[in-house]
Amino acid sequence: MTYLDHAATTPVLPEVLAAMTEQLGRVGNASSLHASGRAARRAAEQARERLAEALGARPSEVLFTGGGTESDNLAVKGLFWARRQADPRRRRIVVSPAEHHAVLDSVEWLATHEGAEVTWLRVEPSGRVTPQALAEALGDGSDVAVASVMWANNEIGTVSDIAELAATAHDVGVPLHTDAVQAVGQVLVDFGASGVDALTMTGHKLGGPMGAGVLLLRREAECTPLLHGGGQERDVRSGTLDVAAIVGLGVATVSAVHGRVERAAELRRLRDRLVAGVVEQVPDVRLNGAPLDDVVRSGPGRLPGNAHLSFPGAEGDALLMLLDARGIECSTGSACSAGVARPSHVLTAVGADPDRARSSLRFSLGHTSTDADVDALLAVVAPVVERARRAGMGRR
Amino acid sequence: MRLLAAMSGGVDSAVAAALAVDAGHDVTGVHLALSPDRQTLRSGARGCCSVEDAHDARRVADELGIPFYVWDLADRFREDVVDDFVAEYEAGRTPNPCLRCNEKIKFTAVLDRARALGFDAVVTGHHARLADGELRRSVDAGKDQSYVLGVLTPEQLAAAVFPLGGMTKDRVREIAAERGFAVATKADSHDICFIPDGDTRGFLAKKLGSRPGPLVDAATGATVGEHDGTYGFTVGQRRGLGISVGDQQPRYVLGIEPVTRTVTIGTADLAGVDEITTAGPTWTAGAPALPFRAQVQLRAHGRPVGCEVAAGADGGLVVRLDEVQRGVAAGQSAVLYEPDAERGDHVVGQAAIRTAARQRTPDRAATAAD
Repeated sequence: MTYLDHAATTPVLPEVLAAMTEQLGRVGNASSLHASGRAARRAAEQARERLAEALGARPSEVLFTGGGTESDNLAVKGLFWARRQADPRRRRIVVSPAEHHAVLDSVEWLATHEGAEVTWLRVEPSGRVTPQALAEALGDGSDVAVASVMWANNEIGTVSDIAELAATAHDVGVPLHTDAVQAVGQVLVDFGASGVDALTMTGHKLGGPMGAGVLLLRREAECTPLLHGGGQERDVRSGTLDVAAIVGLGVATVSAVHGRVERAAELRRLRDRLVAGVVEQVPDVRLNGAPLDDVVRSGPGRLPGNAHLSFPGAEGDALLMLLDARGIECSTGSACSAGVARPSHVLTAVGADPDRARSSLRFSLGHTSTDADVDALLAVVAPVVERARRAGMGRR
Repeated sequence: MRLLAAMSGGVDSAVAAALAVDAGHDVTGVHLALSPDRQTLRSGARGCCSVEDAHDARRVADELGIPFYVWDLADRFREDVVDDFVAEYEAGRTPNPCLRCNEKIKFTAVLDRARALGFDAVVTGHHARLADGELRRSVDAGKDQSYVLGVLTPEQLAAAVFPLGGMTKDRVREIAAERGFAVATKADSHDICFIPDGDTRGFLAKKLGSRPGPLVDAATGATVGEHDGTYGFTVGQRRGLGISVGDQQPRYVLGIEPVTRTVTIGTADLAGVDEITTAGPTWTAGAPALPFRAQVQLRAHGRPVGCEVAAGADGGLVVRLDEVQRGVAAGQSAVLYEPDAERGDHVVGQAAIRTAARQRTPDRAATAAD
């Protein structure tokens, strides 16, 4: 099996498995006062401190959640509600149309049910949001509740200059949330230095468990809770802490961040080989997103493990199926809950026509990727594309 | 063989896919998304187009350990089946959308794509026997679906696999239960999948709007009422005519004339026909020499009657019925069978009905009830 879908989820790291297995064997609610509770709390708080240190945050800024989707919902809705309560004129949300659905659908829910007004940010053809675009959209900022721009795009891998965007938002007094689910472990993510007010991350994209995520939330940021109950996590996210998952998330984050420079270099080498090899065999293939060697703020302008390619005349669905039948696993991007492929909203947002959007595949590399994985794809890509193109001609 | 299993989420296609896997084939499942606005959950037992049905199909595929994909054929389905359905009613005919779907979607759009992707054939859960290129009725007469497959050509049948034709529906459910499929007890789908509430007249009214016209009594030529649109009527229909005639005898729809929007009604003695003309036929195994003796079935779940099939005008057929039939509607398929009690009646071919009329004296043939 050739796994080239690490952006969907990546294998759990062995040290994570060991740490979680050990913790799962222990009793204890981190909110309990007795010895078992204290031991559980100690494990969770150690994880919080290590994770905070790895991401340039204070421990009190780390809120454990059930994953990236919950963190995005909490940030967007929580900041919107709190900011509007402080000043009822703040009804506007400024957001990029290339965000993950966890952000987009939260924003649309607020527009439908809470009277929010949405201002969509202009997105560069590369997928990047520029400070100029953000400044234009914010205006004087007096009516804006919250802005949200992802650190790195989950489909096409484009990195935006989040520190510059945070400064732009702060110039007019608006808090910025960023979804950094794909960025952590692949590019330098320093919460404090970036200046953002809220940052979403999750464990299973970097070798941790599923169902464990974090919202980094600045101490002074007001955020209305989604979940009410026992008052855990600064009273912003009630619920018994999943200590084993938190321990695993902490170990995974520290490993991913500490090994980032070497791993990013290796991912980039493999990714560049993959793209060059496909281009050689399918000359009219087109790369979506930023160029492979793009730079933002002296770091990569594109996630080093991301290759997003359009194969003109072939349907992404057919390509995926044919590759799957040959043991190669990748993705067409985002599928709706019906499982029916729709043209990717990200590619539409960056100006691709529906045919180009439908003809694309995402290959994403991760910590277990090897040259053999790239070889396996390159061994079959030409006949697969040819066959998919023939199947594509049946469409009208 | 490399087989593509069309999986609706129902019990039949689940068992068909399972049997194909058992037979040693390399099977991949696909669910066809045919409705552009897919409901998340089924409303009632009808249809196969909800996300829940896709989930049911996926569950079975995962249990079988076969790849599973959803193919979005909503555009093709709308053009080839739904728009055709509406246009046929608009023209005063009575279409069969399931037959059209088999012809245009399952065994054209899906089959073409499957072949291009390297599959040898499409396997479905239809209740019909298919061996040596011969399409025959299912052993389960009550569930037989050969009528809606009668339109397939030799090329299409050569790339079709129907594993269920040799067993009853009860046996299909038993197999599903033995395998622990959750769909073992799922209700049969019925009616028309894109009209999940079953209200065909309401569906057509939304598409075509109000188009009032006269209801005319065939015996007197008098206008006895008004209707909102000819699309609300099917030849042979007795209920829902919205009129009451003095003599208390039941009236049937005898004819629909779309240009003047006239619906002609009459008593039972006028409703029978014994000769049908058709459009050009399709044959399941090459064209037979005309004329020939056969049995003909004039609608889904209709009773077959003996007939003589001869050449008609414009490449069509003339089918002379041994018994007078009621409720023979233009647009329906006349599916021709060669009776065979042992191996199952053999489907010879089909043709769409153009006209139906009484050509011989009433006393020659006994009137058959619907």
